[in-house]
Amino acid sequence: MRTPIAYFVMLSGILFAIGSVGVLIRKSALLIFMSVELQLNAVNLALVAFSRMNGDLRGQVLAFFSMVVAAAEVVVGLAIIVSIYRRRATVNVDDARELRW
Amino acid sequence: MVAESVGLVPDPNQAMQVLWLVPLLPLVGAVINLFVSKRLGKAAGWLAVVMMALSFAVAVLAVKGLLDAPEGERLFLKHLSDWISVGSLRVNFDLRLDALSATMILVVTGIGTLIHVYAIGYMDGDGRFGRFFAYLNLFVFFMLMLVLGANLLVLYLGWEGVGLCSYLLIGFWFDKTANANAAKKAFVTTRVGDTLMLVGLAVVVMKFGTLDYEVIFGAAGSTLTKSAATVISLLLFAGAVGKSAQLPLHVWLPDAMAGPTPVSALIHAATMVTAGVYLVVRMHPVFDLSPVALTVVTVTGLVTAIYAGTCALGQDDIKRVLAYSTISQLGFMFLAAGLKAYSAAIFFLVAHAFYKALMFLGAGSVMHGMHEETDLKVMGGLWRRMPYTAITFTLGALALSGVPPLAGFFAKDAVLEIAQSNSEWGYYFLGTLAAFISALYMGRLIFLAFYGTARSEAAEHAHESPPVMWIPLVLLAVGAVTVGALATHPEGLLATFLEPISGLVPEGSEGLSTPVFYVVALLVTFGGLGTAWFVYGSGRVDWLSLRVRLAPLHRLFANGWYIDEYYAALIVTPGKAIAAFTAYRIDVGFIDGIVNGIGSAFRRLAGVGRNIQTGFVRTYAAAVFVGAIAIVVYVGFRL
Amino acid sequence: MPLDNVVFWVFAPVSVASAIGMLVMRNAVHAALFLIVNFFTIAVMYLLLDAPFLFAVQIIVYAGAIMVLFLFVIMLLGIDRGDDVHEPLIGQRPLAVILAVGFVLEIGLALRAGIGFATRAPDGFDVVNQGGNAQALATVLFRDYFFPFEVTSVLLIIAAVAAMVLAQRKSRAITQAEIDEHRADLDALGHTNPGAPKPGAPLEAGGPR
Repeated sequence: MRTPIAYFVMLSGILFAIGSVGVLIRKSALLIFMSVELQLNAVNLALVAFSRMNGDLRGQVLAFFSMVVAAAEVVVGLAIIVSIYRRRATVNVDDARELRW
Repeated sequence: MVAESVGLVPDPNQAMQVLWLVPLLPLVGAVINLFVSKRLGKAAGWLAVVMMALSFAVAVLAVKGLLDAPEGERLFLKHLSDWISVGSLRVNFDLRLDALSATMILVVTGIGTLIHVYAIGYMDGDGRFGRFFAYLNLFVFFMLMLVLGANLLVLYLGWEGVGLCSYLLIGFWFDKTANANAAKKAFVTTRVGDTLMLVGLAVVVMKFGTLDYEVIFGAAGSTLTKSAATVISLLLFAGAVGKSAQLPLHVWLPDAMAGPTPVSALIHAATMVTAGVYLVVRMHPVFDLSPVALTVVTVTGLVTAIYAGTCALGQDDIKRVLAYSTISQLGFMFLAAGLKAYSAAIFFLVAHAFYKALMFLGAGSVMHGMHEETDLKVMGGLWRRMPYTAITFTLGALALSGVPPLAGFFAKDAVLEIAQSNSEWGYYFLGTLAAFISALYMGRLIFLAFYGTARSEAAEHAHESPPVMWIPLVLLAVGAVTVGALATHPEGLLATFLEPISGLVPEGSEGLSTPVFYVVALLVTFGGLGTAWFVYGSGRVDWLSLRVRLAPLHRLFANGWYIDEYYAALIVTPGKAIAAFTAYRIDVGFIDGIVNGIGSAFRRLAGVGRNIQTGFVRTYAAAVFVGAIAIVVYVGFRL
Repeated sequence: MPLDNVVFWVFAPVSVASAIGMLVMRNAVHAALFLIVNFFTIAVMYLLLDAPFLFAVQIIVYAGAIMVLFLFVIMLLGIDRGDDVHEPLIGQRPLAVILAVGFVLEIGLALRAGIGFATRAPDGFDVVNQGGNAQALATVLFRDYFFPFEVTSVLLIIAAVAAMVLAQRKSRAITQAEIDEHRADLDALGHTNPGAPKPGAPLEAGGPR
């Protein structure tokens, strides 16, 4: 393989940054959640890249676990969003402003 | 001359053992009246009287026990309780009964009882009747502590206490601002003296390590240098100047006449104002060591006597005449004390207590009959309407003027004789002048008030006071007449009684021969009275137009030589300005400003700070992200 | 030109582009679809990195399960209508962009200082992938990480139960007071017999629909 590992990591960084921008900018809870998934994926990519570089499979195992946990998290998170929607008829996070001064 | 030390009474009788009852009984009366006076009604007054009478009885018995003891052993010390024990300073509640304090407690309780009886009639109908008697009893308690104390601190306790009661009583009718102001003035003016006196006490502690009389008297000669003695004496005398209303701290006494007349009689004639004289006599072993201090005492007394006498000539208010008269007579007492004639000073004190209290009560009686009128200009011819008052008052006035064989004659002339027999011609001459002025203003007072023709409706229809008021007057008049028997010639009863405490009377042998001296004295007395009769009583002189012609002089006298105005301009106004400045600009403006400013600064800070809690999830997310980046940067730089 | 380079340089821009696409889409469904594309490209990256098992798992789990879940919820709740364009928070957008750019620069600097941009993946990964990547992974997983594996399975069960509990609609029996209050509506809907209330009809206590 000729592609330097650093490029993969760089790609991972870029994807993570894009995901962060999504978290900060989007107002719909679902879309924020999707951006978080993007961030998770970026991290997984970095893990696998380093695993390849160090010749160690443990990075891949960690990425694997990360995926599993992400799945569980998505399940619970979506359930929460659904029940919030039932209560308030909106998933706009800006409407959940009660904990302000 | 320092007194020989006096030995203890060998076998104290029962009354002496319960000496503490003498001050305690009035205290009990005060406490009871403070709490239940409303329910007692008129009985509150009689309760107070009973307490006073009992206290007097115990005092008499105790003094009798003292007299039973042999001459060199007339001292009784009673330890009541420990009080202060700090470092090496030990001060206890101790009572001391010797000739001097015996004299004082008899005067205070005896005359005090009569005044209490009088007050029952005088204060009849007042809304706070019981409270008045509580204060009166409380005052007597403090005065007795003052004179019975065996150390300077108990004296100071009583000193401050009588000041407090004086304030309470002068301002008894406090709903009138003038009365409240007079009370304040009295308190603040005496405070000046009291503070200096406290410094004096501190110096005593510094020099002697104690405040006990026995120790001080014994060690005075050996411990003190002349300058130390001067310092202590002058500081203590400052307190006396305040309490006894001498120049320059006399300004409170004329205004204190705003209080009820029994108060003026008890406090401002017979007892409290004499505390200064008592102090000087008591501390005479220290004063004796300082010729400078003695001169100051003498000169102060003399100048005050003359000054106050002139002011009395210019007053139209019957009580103010008596007030200035008191100041003047106190000046006489200090004149005697300064000449080391301590027993003469005490005799003067006793005599003055009788006739001044008598005259004050008489003035109260006049006011009672004239419906609270005090202006001499509208009185006249009252002897027809108020015989008892008139006769007793006249006796008192004659006593003060020095008519023999009344008490004042002996008192005044004892002082003057000592002055001239020791060749103090200046003092003698000025003292005689003061005596002349005294006779003059006294004559003016009685002729204007009681004799001649009535000058107003009120005077024509005046009525005599009830017996509860004139009986004490009669008793006091008896005292004023007979006290002369205690005359203070070296062989006199009081002098010999006091000798162990007060030292020998300084007898000189120069000066006028005795007959000449007495002729001069009588000339002065009757000359003054006669002049007064001529101008005011005989109707031959239109004294009102005389007053107009001498207007500047009259105004000077009437306004107390404008000393009050000087004080107001020099002290009071700047003082008030400073007080206002510190109260408003510094305390409210600056200090409160800082405190409130800190508070409001924090509020504003919080007001700004709380905007962090926007409630938006996304700002919080942004914060998390920023923090994460910061950590990464930090770690990156570290590595 | 080496094949993996080509593949990388083809799929990397696609990856970034789809990510940005997900970012800017107004419609939630469109955004989800772009995200799926992104997941596919990442799966290809895994393949490039000699992790074929993860390539498969990524497609099956992420693109196949998780995103389907997302799409379910979006369609179910009917919230595919767009986000507002208006941004109420002042400075949020510029801040986000600055932070993102800063982050990327940071990563770049860190990489340059750390492993350097020229380092290639070392050879010898085949030795690690002895018997195939899946077998090698399984060996590591079930031998060295057995306990975390069990814990993760518990986690999944918990997640399933949690989802059921959270998404439950609460219901309770209607009270007489509520019947009386809403009698007119109930009559109109035909839920009541005139004169006799119908007990037990479940009335939703959830929020407004």
